[in-house]
Amino acid sequence: MSATMAAGRRSLAARALGHPSFLLGAAISLVVAAMALLSFVWTPHDPTVLDIARKLQPPSATHWLGTDQYGRDVLSMIMHGAVTSMAVSFVAVGIGLGLGVPLGLLAAARRGLVGEAVMRANDFVFAFPALIIAIMLRDIFGPGAINAMVAIGIFNVPVFARLAYGAALPLWTREFVMAARVAGKGGGLITLEHILPNMLSLVIVQATIQLSLGVLAEAALSYVGLGVQPPAPSWGRMLNEAQTLMALAPRLALVPGLAIVVTVMGLNLLGDGLRDLLDPRLARER
Amino acid sequence: MLVYLAKRLASLAATLVIASVVIFAVMEVLPGDPAEIMLGTNARPDTLAALRADFGLDRPAPERYAAWVAGFVQGDLGRSYTYSVPVGELVAQRLWVSLPLAAISLLLTVLIAVPVGALAAARRNGPADVGIMAATQVGIAVPNFWFAMLLVFVFAVSLRLLPAGGFPGWGAGLWPAGRSLILPAVALALPQASILARVMRSSLIDALGEDYVRTARAKGLSRSEVVRRHALRNALIPVLTIMGLQFSFLLAGTIIIENVFFLPGLGRLVFQAITQRDLIVVKSIVMLLVASVVIVNFLVEVAYAAVDPRLRRRA
Repeated sequence: MSATMAAGRRSLAARALGHPSFLLGAAISLVVAAMALLSFVWTPHDPTVLDIARKLQPPSATHWLGTDQYGRDVLSMIMHGAVTSMAVSFVAVGIGLGLGVPLGLLAAARRGLVGEAVMRANDFVFAFPALIIAIMLRDIFGPGAINAMVAIGIFNVPVFARLAYGAALPLWTREFVMAARVAGKGGGLITLEHILPNMLSLVIVQATIQLSLGVLAEAALSYVGLGVQPPAPSWGRMLNEAQTLMALAPRLALVPGLAIVVTVMGLNLLGDGLRDLLDPRLARER
Repeated sequence: MLVYLAKRLASLAATLVIASVVIFAVMEVLPGDPAEIMLGTNARPDTLAALRADFGLDRPAPERYAAWVAGFVQGDLGRSYTYSVPVGELVAQRLWVSLPLAAISLLLTVLIAVPVGALAAARRNGPADVGIMAATQVGIAVPNFWFAMLLVFVFAVSLRLLPAGGFPGWGAGLWPAGRSLILPAVALALPQASILARVMRSSLIDALGEDYVRTARAKGLSRSEVVRRHALRNALIPVLTIMGLQFSFLLAGTIIIENVFFLPGLGRLVFQAITQRDLIVVKSIVMLLVASVVIVNFLVEVAYAAVDPRLRRRA
């Protein structure tokens, strides 16, 4: 641990504090995450309890965001919906990272036939939008969170594979990799010790972007009934249920929609901010 | 160029073959017997067997795969289990809704994104640029189906200017049919236009930094002339690539938006087919959608190679 590294970290923190979009994105993402975590131990009401007598109530002291057509507390549903949204997009990004990054690294390290095969397979997966995958997998996993996670996750794989491949390829021609080769290190070890650490910032930024896309995709899948099933709350299904009540209670469609927009914007701003902070060269290209 | 084209065509064909195998295999492992779903669980075994034989469901999987692909290539997509009409006919009917919808929204996307992105680039860091960038940040975050619901609320429920959903058919006349596609097309176009406007902006900023722009300025061309005659054309290349990639999102979006507006397009058809376990319809539509994505991206790549010889060697 050297003094220069500590100084580098300090300046990164200082730059982060002076970066408005990073701060705003981080703040929004933290609030959403905190809301999701809080819902595990506390929500104003049970989001799954139906209470028809209290249906379609406007916002009040007991129901801050009112109730829906079944008398469920909207705020509690939004809080639980945040869990669904986050869980699905995190697992989907995990699948994309876990499979895509190693595949991209392998393609870059081996090149030739192996590389070609890996990248062609990726192009192939790219032809299947998450929605199509979800439609195809619906009867295997049943409609539900797992289906959404796998469908969005599969779609994430080529994204990370292309990113890792594109980032790793130029690194292989750098002096420090040559030096490691001369020192007798194998392809796997070089990838782990030299290639991966040098592209980590790119991967982190992309993961943030894919998280935000995951939130949108989860909402869309739930909206058409391919995602989380009742009674588990989900923002997408709340919108589906609110659709026929637009004239009667527009609030029911506005609240979950805004929750999605704010969450996605937060993650996008966070991703843009991270990109500027972690890799100033990329910020210029944007 | 011919060698390049042959190579790309071979890889296109290979991709399509693998896609068809994957789709067929996935549909094959799905639980549930279409014959039983059509006739109900109380159907007599011999009726079930007769129906299976009628649809060729009793033949071994490789044979059915071969028959499906052979039919597909000749434009015969099989017969729907539930509608008992050729899938090709169903698809053709629905395409008359889905294709115009996709085309209108693509047109809107370009009409919004290119001028807006160009304006932001030309006024870089000015108030217009900051405003446009903020607006696109919101546009990217808005789910198209939620935006669709808001549009319905404002333009159909409150202002009563446009229909909230449904489709009268092109037989009802160009305007009655066309106006029911306006809101869906706008809902689809906004998020896509936001992404494309950002691409347009950064690509035009890059182009404006190139040497040929400086040369053109030095020759005495005005700034707007340089943008129009030199930079814009070059800036459009990355925009085209992203449009190619957006095509698959546009398809997925169309499927969802058709469900919001109860439009009888391919998207509605595929969802109805899923619930009715009309697997031949699901299989054929999924194959069509995947094929269209692969072919569009192939065309974009070939168009590049035609323009830029360096790309031919790379493949």
